[in-house]
Amino acid sequence: MTLKIHQDHSRFKQIVRGKIKANLRKYVQKGEMLGKKGKDAISIPIPFIDIPRFKYGHKEQGGVGQGDGEVGQQLGPGAVEPGEGHQAGQGEGDHALEVDVTLDELAQILGEELQLPNIERRHNEKIVTQKIRYTGINTTGPESLRHFKRTYKQALRRQIAAGTYDPNRPIIIPMREDRRYRSYKLQNLPETNAVIIYMMDVSGSMGDEQKEIVRIESFWLDTWLRHQYKGLESRYIIHDAVAREVDRDTFFHTRESGGTMISSAYKLCRDIIAADYPKSAWNIYPFHFSDGDNWSADDTRQCIEMLRNDVLPNVNQFAYGQVESPYGSGQFIKDLREAVGDTPNVALSEIADKDAIYASIKDFLGKGR
Amino acid sequence: MPKSLTPRLAALRDEIHGYAKEFGLDFFDTIFEMVSYDEMNMVAAYGGFPTRYPHWRWGMEYEQLAKGYEYGLSKIYELVINNDPCYAYLMESNPEVDQKLVMAHVYGHCDFFKNNFSFRHTNRRMIDDMANHATRVRRWVDKIGVEKVEDFIDRTLSLENLIDQHAPHIRRNPDPKKAEEEVKANERVEGFKVGREYMRGFINPSEFLDSQRKRVEDEKLRAKKFPERPQRDVLMFLLEHAPLEPWESDILAILRDEAHYFAPQGQTKIMNEGWASYWHSTIMTRRALRDDEIIDYADHHSGTMGTRPGAINPYKLGIELWRDIEDRWNKGRFGKEWDECDDLRARRSWDKKLGAGREKIFEVRKHYNDITFIDTFLTPEFAMEQKLFVYGFNDKRNSWEIMDREFRKVKSKLLQGLTNFGQPIIEVVDGNHENRGELLLAHKHDGQDLKGDYARETLRNLQSLWRRPVNIVTRYDNKGAMLRFDGTSHSEKKVDL
Repeated sequence: MTLKIHQDHSRFKQIVRGKIKANLRKYVQKGEMLGKKGKDAISIPIPFIDIPRFKYGHKEQGGVGQGDGEVGQQLGPGAVEPGEGHQAGQGEGDHALEVDVTLDELAQILGEELQLPNIERRHNEKIVTQKIRYTGINTTGPESLRHFKRTYKQALRRQIAAGTYDPNRPIIIPMREDRRYRSYKLQNLPETNAVIIYMMDVSGSMGDEQKEIVRIESFWLDTWLRHQYKGLESRYIIHDAVAREVDRDTFFHTRESGGTMISSAYKLCRDIIAADYPKSAWNIYPFHFSDGDNWSADDTRQCIEMLRNDVLPNVNQFAYGQVESPYGSGQFIKDLREAVGDTPNVALSEIADKDAIYASIKDFLGKGR
Repeated sequence: MPKSLTPRLAALRDEIHGYAKEFGLDFFDTIFEMVSYDEMNMVAAYGGFPTRYPHWRWGMEYEQLAKGYEYGLSKIYELVINNDPCYAYLMESNPEVDQKLVMAHVYGHCDFFKNNFSFRHTNRRMIDDMANHATRVRRWVDKIGVEKVEDFIDRTLSLENLIDQHAPHIRRNPDPKKAEEEVKANERVEGFKVGREYMRGFINPSEFLDSQRKRVEDEKLRAKKFPERPQRDVLMFLLEHAPLEPWESDILAILRDEAHYFAPQGQTKIMNEGWASYWHSTIMTRRALRDDEIIDYADHHSGTMGTRPGAINPYKLGIELWRDIEDRWNKGRFGKEWDECDDLRARRSWDKKLGAGREKIFEVRKHYNDITFIDTFLTPEFAMEQKLFVYGFNDKRNSWEIMDREFRKVKSKLLQGLTNFGQPIIEVVDGNHENRGELLLAHKHDGQDLKGDYARETLRNLQSLWRRPVNIVTRYDNKGAMLRFDGTSHSEKKVDL
């Protein structure tokens, strides 16, 4: 049963969607969404969805309350309803409305707003599920699946053809051969799996602000790729002079000092791919973030070699994001650009500050690979 | 879709109906319908009606209600429509004791709707009209497009509170078209018909013609200065004078109609909820309650009566005030003798055994609205007993705090919050401001400033209806200010008051 309100409800959702779209850049920059993420949905504060009126500011207005307490005593948080004072029940709040948006929907909005192309999957779809769909009609079947309308029609047709149909006494009696049954077909639903391998430089030069940028950006990358692929796995590698695999939480909260050997991370990345993600079954997305300082030109050469020989041939896209830091020389992206910049499945992006995240997401996802 | 009552519930309804009649309640026929929780949320989102015109904000209400219910934060117990017959909804999943409570409560509301003077002019066929409004708006949507119609509704809703709450009781505006025709008639000042040309000077002396012309000019000028007196019903003014397309006028008229329909409910919230609560409590505890239901009943009743420090619960304040009045008139605690008695002990034991309480409250429910109700019956004793206080925002501590417990301040703050629903009073002063066709509104400042960002957004919406620049005179920080929106930008200038 559908309620009439559903039309208004979906209209409301459409409007919310428009608001999110219009404010997407702000949401991306501020990273506002991260703290509000649930499993499948995110709750987003939408300001200005209420209808403006001539009204009093509640703070100037005050009101009348009821209860114990001395004059001058503070009322606890939440005691005062924001909005129209004691017009209980019909107050519109001053607070922003929080709405739940599914991550899938958010990804769609992101895609529309940034005009992201859908990812072209590599030909490695594998069948994961089969689904029963009742699409056909059969002349045999169990009674529980009898299609009454079709059966009736068939009987009516037969009776009219046979001249036994009397419009004044329109009784239709289906015979055995009139009966129609729903029949199902097994449908193979191709599903593809994907893995993101995040790598981040956690050496001393990567400060909190840089990591925050990586965190925000990875949220959007996750959201988009999750929207594109049914199953998405994530792996996390942190590195300074050595690399190790960690969980998501550690990934974003580790800070080390010391030197940087990017090759260590790429080596680990290569090994993970070789061990767990055969090219034939997985879409693979390594993302690497650093401030662009590497230990030596020699190490950089190693990195490029490894990229060329082991990583690039096996992955959908390799992405490198260089987060500007006051300490980094920012050399690495230049080296990469020179060496592999022309390769189609390489995406390079420089991220100066939070404002640049928006454009950077497009750098990474805009190729549709 | 709504179902009719099960035989069991129908029997309970008949039982409660009997008690309500026995106690002297007088109401329209009341039809109860069973709904599921999401139907309840829908109907509540629609303001109690099964059908409303299409608009996204019902969807927003619905989302909030549905979420509140799913998270177990809130639940709608009763919904009743002021209509003849009254319609009320019962939620399927509720236990029997709740259903009885709701029925008793509903009969209280229906009695109030039928008898209170504020509702005398309300449309008792509003269910039909709401459905008609929905059809009309849908037809415009088909013709004009959903975006345009909805956008217009958004802008009009922004002005929805600018009605004259008392308008249904007063007939003030003569037909504007008729006035226009009169002016036109007067324009013909050629004078009397002249048969012989040489007689013209005698029959129509030029001084006479001149004075006639002058009179017409004056009249035109006066007509240009409109409205003659400040007009509270801004929506009506726009309806009559704004350059609206037919579809826009139609929608504006619909929204104005609906706003007026709901106005009396806003004017009598404390009385009405209090009255319904008084009756559900009386009927339940004196008649309908079974022994095994007492705990559940007490739980739900106290849930409804709960207060929190920074808000007035109309159910609680209302029921207590009704009981206080009943008690005072039972004991004869009113009149000159009572007022002049200073002896505290005598006052405390005052009981003239008048027993006039019931009669008094029935009389009060007829002739008062929230403002006169509070103004007349809120006593210092009552305010103290109910622990009422004035609260305000302390900027230094950045928090709300109790400001005052003095009776007069509590009462005047309470009344202030009830005047015009606690919303600013705004009037149209001039529809041809500066002789440039601009609209000038005035805010009757009563010590509280308008919320600035909202005021500017509202002006923007008003301008889109008036299509010429709009202005409002108000006061900020004790200085006169005129806010203006000319169609592209906002400005503000100081004015002397």
